Amino acid sequence: MQNSSKFQWPAIGELSAESGRKAIRQTILEQIFSATSGHPGGSLSMVEILAGIFDGNFNHDVKQPEGPERDRLVLSKGHGVPALYSVLSYLGYFPATELKNFRKLGSFLQGHPDKSQYSLMEASTGSLGQGASVALGLALGLSLNFEAKRISRLPFVYCILGDGEIQEGQVWESLMATGKFRPKNLVFVLDHNRGQIDGPVSEVMPLEPLNKKLEAFNLDVHVCDGHDAKGLKGLFSEIRGNAVRSDKTAFVVANTLKGKGISFMEHPTKWHGAAPSREQLESAIQELFNGQSPYGRINAQT
Amino acid sequence: MSLETEIIDRATKGKATRLSFGEELASLGAKYDEVVALDADLSKSTMTMLFAEKFPKRFFNAGIAEANMIGMAAGLAAAGKIPFAASFGCFLTGRYDQIRMSVAFTGANVRLVGTHAGVGIGEDGHSQMALEDLTLMRSLPNMTVFQPADDYDTRAFMNWSMGHQGPIYMRLTRQALPVLKRANLRPFAPGRWDLLTALHESSIVVLASGALVEASIQAADLLARLGPVTFINANWIKPIDEELLLKAVQSKPKLFVTIEDHYRIGGLGGAIAEKLSEWKMSAPLLRIGVEGFGQSGSPAANYEHYGFTPRALAGQIEKALSAGQ
Repeated sequence: MQNSSKFQWPAIGELSAESGRKAIRQTILEQIFSATSGHPGGSLSMVEILAGIFDGNFNHDVKQPEGPERDRLVLSKGHGVPALYSVLSYLGYFPATELKNFRKLGSFLQGHPDKSQYSLMEASTGSLGQGASVALGLALGLSLNFEAKRISRLPFVYCILGDGEIQEGQVWESLMATGKFRPKNLVFVLDHNRGQIDGPVSEVMPLEPLNKKLEAFNLDVHVCDGHDAKGLKGLFSEIRGNAVRSDKTAFVVANTLKGKGISFMEHPTKWHGAAPSREQLESAIQELFNGQSPYGRINAQT
Repeated sequence: MSLETEIIDRATKGKATRLSFGEELASLGAKYDEVVALDADLSKSTMTMLFAEKFPKRFFNAGIAEANMIGMAAGLAAAGKIPFAASFGCFLTGRYDQIRMSVAFTGANVRLVGTHAGVGIGEDGHSQMALEDLTLMRSLPNMTVFQPADDYDTRAFMNWSMGHQGPIYMRLTRQALPVLKRANLRPFAPGRWDLLTALHESSIVVLASGALVEASIQAADLLARLGPVTFINANWIKPIDEELLLKAVQSKPKLFVTIEDHYRIGGLGGAIAEKLSEWKMSAPLLRIGVEGFGQSGSPAANYEHYGFTPRALAGQIEKALSAGQ
């Protein structure tokens, strides 16, 4: 049964809280349903990572979206963008009603991050493997700006990668280069949900021993539960605090579940790029809230 | 007076456009703090080393990892820098997806500099030759594509680029190129070719670009007995000089000729063919370029083999002229 009242986000400041994250999960699926296409699995697996970043660990100002001193997020695994769009709306960057225009002709909410249509997409991604290079260059450029006193704080750059994505050789080029240039303002986060399209990552192209590889690339590897929002928040805070002193760039391996949060979507491949039907959407919302969504619906009838 | 004497300044020493680039980059670096440079272990060949020596903190050697280099350049541009990312043209444009997505689609202010254009590089052979780079770069929306004929062209373009928002590809030579006389030419401007002769009625219109400008001028002199030659330095590959091209069409030429050290498909020849086909006109277009893959040989031997000597060029043009009659 669908709720037909207009959507309203829960109060700001609850992003790490379950309520905020449920609202994010709901709107991810509503976007994809509205567009009849998109990537639920890899968007749902990212929710706590984004919560950990944006809940107190990301300097920005909604009133000055393009402020030169803001922190940056490069979503290298671009197909997870519905999660980012939901979070940005939650933070107040645009009204939730815009989300129903995801993937529609003329919308700034393109199917994959498009910087030319939406400036907060720090890189236009979607062709996997390229974002880490961009994030590295961005971090280095911002460092130069800070050293030249053009900005008064050193902006932090987050780069979120997928585990299928790190099969791309370019990612390892950028990690190798990170080991050379060692920027103080960069952190990589791997959404290690263990699934890709043609099968589980371990079957299509195994990555193990992954942590050893990352350490061999001179990175400071942190492994964590990718769905522990509070834990991630604390970890990112710690990494930011230590960054200037640390001699290695941090790489967070967040152990996640593809499709996390909706029981029938938790699968390594089935929900990579499939849009839910009306029944499946209702079923998912029912499961999230044990009934109707207390926040209304993006595709409100009124 | 021969066209060669009219057009080429033999009093000034020739210079490889990659060297012109390296020198001007260092100069721009001194003037503009935002200029940064990247290379992929070819700094001594692309001449970014001249910038690197002066501004080591603003120079990023990515090692033999061009895809990452291109991405890094896009990231530096996102931070407000003006990055010049250099490598051999073939290695740079070979990473087409990175240029397609991280640079062109993003609209990044990256200046991609591809050196070692064409079979003219000589002995290293095919693998090091940029022969399809113009085809690739031209196909991208937002991309500006330029191939300087000499030192002046290179520097003028680079200085112009400082005021341009959007991605750029510049194609440079390994070998020294003579300097053109500039006194009577129009000022440098985007999409404006150098008209190096008068625009004659019923002429052979030659559009040459880059390294083959010199041999094409000498070929034009060999063709003098066949009638007037209208000679254009077609340095702007994208956007092309449509205004001058239309004027050339309206002069009712006998033949159009494009000449480039690049595959015949998709480079300058392709660009001209595409535009001419939009207009009702009767003159055929002869596209001269590289047929088949490149190979090792001295630059002179390669030019002989691929038909790029003045005599060979003149011969091809003459043949095309009689075929058209």
